[in-house]
Amino acid sequence: MTPFLEVSGVSKRFGGVQAVSDVSFTLRRGAIKAVIGPNGAGKTTLFNMVSGFSTPDRGAITFAGRPIHGLQPHEVAARGISRTFQNIRLFARMTALENVMVGRHLRSRAGFLAGLLDLSWSRREAAAVRAAALEVMAFLGIEGLADAEATSLAYGQQRAVELARALAAGPELVLLDEPAAGLNMRETRDLARLITRVRDQGATVLLVEHDMSLVMEICDEVLVLASGEKIAEADPGTVQRDPQVIKVYLGEEEAC
Amino acid sequence: MRLHRQGQVGIFVVGAVALQLALVAAGKGFLLTQLTMAAYYTLAVLGISLLMGYAGQISLGHAGFFAVGGYTSALLTTFDLGPQRARPLVSALEQAGLLVARADGYGGEVLAVHPVAAALCAVALAMALALAVGVPVLRLKGHYLAMATLGIGTIVYSVVLGTSWLGSADGIAGVPPFPLPGGASVGGRAGGRVVNYYVAVLLLSAAMLGLLNLVQARVGRALRAIHGAEDAAGAMGVDTARLKLGTFVLSAALAAVAGVFLTHYNGGIGPSEASTMKSVKYMAIVAVGGMGSLWGTLGMSLALNFLSLRGTFGVFDDAVFGLSLVAIMLFAPEGLLALEPRRALAALRERLGGAGEAPR
Repeated sequence: MTPFLEVSGVSKRFGGVQAVSDVSFTLRRGAIKAVIGPNGAGKTTLFNMVSGFSTPDRGAITFAGRPIHGLQPHEVAARGISRTFQNIRLFARMTALENVMVGRHLRSRAGFLAGLLDLSWSRREAAAVRAAALEVMAFLGIEGLADAEATSLAYGQQRAVELARALAAGPELVLLDEPAAGLNMRETRDLARLITRVRDQGATVLLVEHDMSLVMEICDEVLVLASGEKIAEADPGTVQRDPQVIKVYLGEEEAC
Repeated sequence: MRLHRQGQVGIFVVGAVALQLALVAAGKGFLLTQLTMAAYYTLAVLGISLLMGYAGQISLGHAGFFAVGGYTSALLTTFDLGPQRARPLVSALEQAGLLVARADGYGGEVLAVHPVAAALCAVALAMALALAVGVPVLRLKGHYLAMATLGIGTIVYSVVLGTSWLGSADGIAGVPPFPLPGGASVGGRAGGRVVNYYVAVLLLSAAMLGLLNLVQARVGRALRAIHGAEDAAGAMGVDTARLKLGTFVLSAALAAVAGVFLTHYNGGIGPSEASTMKSVKYMAIVAVGGMGSLWGTLGMSLALNFLSLRGTFGVFDDAVFGLSLVAIMLFAPEGLLALEPRRALAALRERLGGAGEAPR
């Protein structure tokens, strides 16, 4: 069986920096996998390549059996891949609900003409989009924020809205770039439960994370990067005992 | 929300009716002429408001699209096909009802394209031109559209000015009225002033309602998302290039419709309608009205175009629009109506107060 997501031999160079070099890994459907590594290890670059935000110099990425490297972000999204951003990227001057409604963009189709003429089917569609967005917000427990301006919310709430927006698309694969960054311990525990529930509802999750407790608690597999190269790929327990990983990553933390 | 939008447009129509009644009662009915023209220009300006405020793109060539609309209509409705009547294509068009014969005022007869067919051609041509410019340019990020449209506007201006069969510097005159159902028409006929005013008001109201609908619909939400965070919009599946292109083509179509109707109303069109200064004027009005504020743009456009057409600014007309663009960018980039007087005063006092504060 072909893997759900297969990244094979991808490399990316920015000027004189080899951000990612010859990284391969696979992700099976229904798994939660984390990409960890010290700062500058190439995690976000790898994420950007999977989500179409940058094109690998070499290598291939296939999703559900079809190549996706070199596609535009909106084309990758159309294949069923949704993402969040390390630096929250909510739509300014729009309410939290409207932000989440944009997440339903690919699940609706009213165009210019339908919009101009306010056709009855497009009104029905808009109502359905709204209901679906509210449902996702309720799932995350943030339906109370619906009418607040998204960028005026507290940091943790903004993270939740961004997650809701990504989930509203009904993605098969969710990419979460440091979802726990800036969250306190209780919020991080809630997030862990939430990600598990997202997976239980049928999505596959790939996340970049610094918070080791979160990674160890919820992930089935961990991919460790250092200086753009893969140094380990295994279940959390094995990775934790891997001498090379301890040396480049965990070891540094223990030394602190 | 929907009733809300319809209510707003309804209030606008009521206001327009009240204005007409008041002007006629005051014996100032002649002012309706400039109001009608201002309404048509506003149609073009609304499209630019959508483009600038929602797609975040600047056009410096919308006078070109306006002129493509106006000139196409003028040429097709005045070019006499009578001598070619025997040709199969011409006779087929006549059979299909696409050509109409009318008296030319000198005792002869002119066989030309029906105004409705000409208008459809005119708008289609402007949209095709916008598509041809927009497809390559809007794939790029940044303000390349401003440069490309500046080029297109200049080309259209040069072409209409330098082409003899487009009347060169004189433009095209003798454009027939645009027939409407019920025997009314858009044209310069004496006594038709009130009817023409209402036609323009209705057209503007319909466009306004459509645009208000659009910005609240899926497309408008996606456009606002692009404005808010373009990369995140892409990650949600929003095809930014395509939406910007659609908005640009729609705005070009509105400019062309405005050009078509104003040309029929005036009975002709001249090259000044295609000048770059006109495009800059449109842009300045959008900036003053508030980018993305359709009502602000509509109000400002009607007022400023009316004053400009009345000759209020005299020889300083271009300077007034240039200056207001600079002033808006410096002091109220959100538009005049978004300016909160109290907050602006407080900011001013703070700035001045900083210098005059007592030394500690």
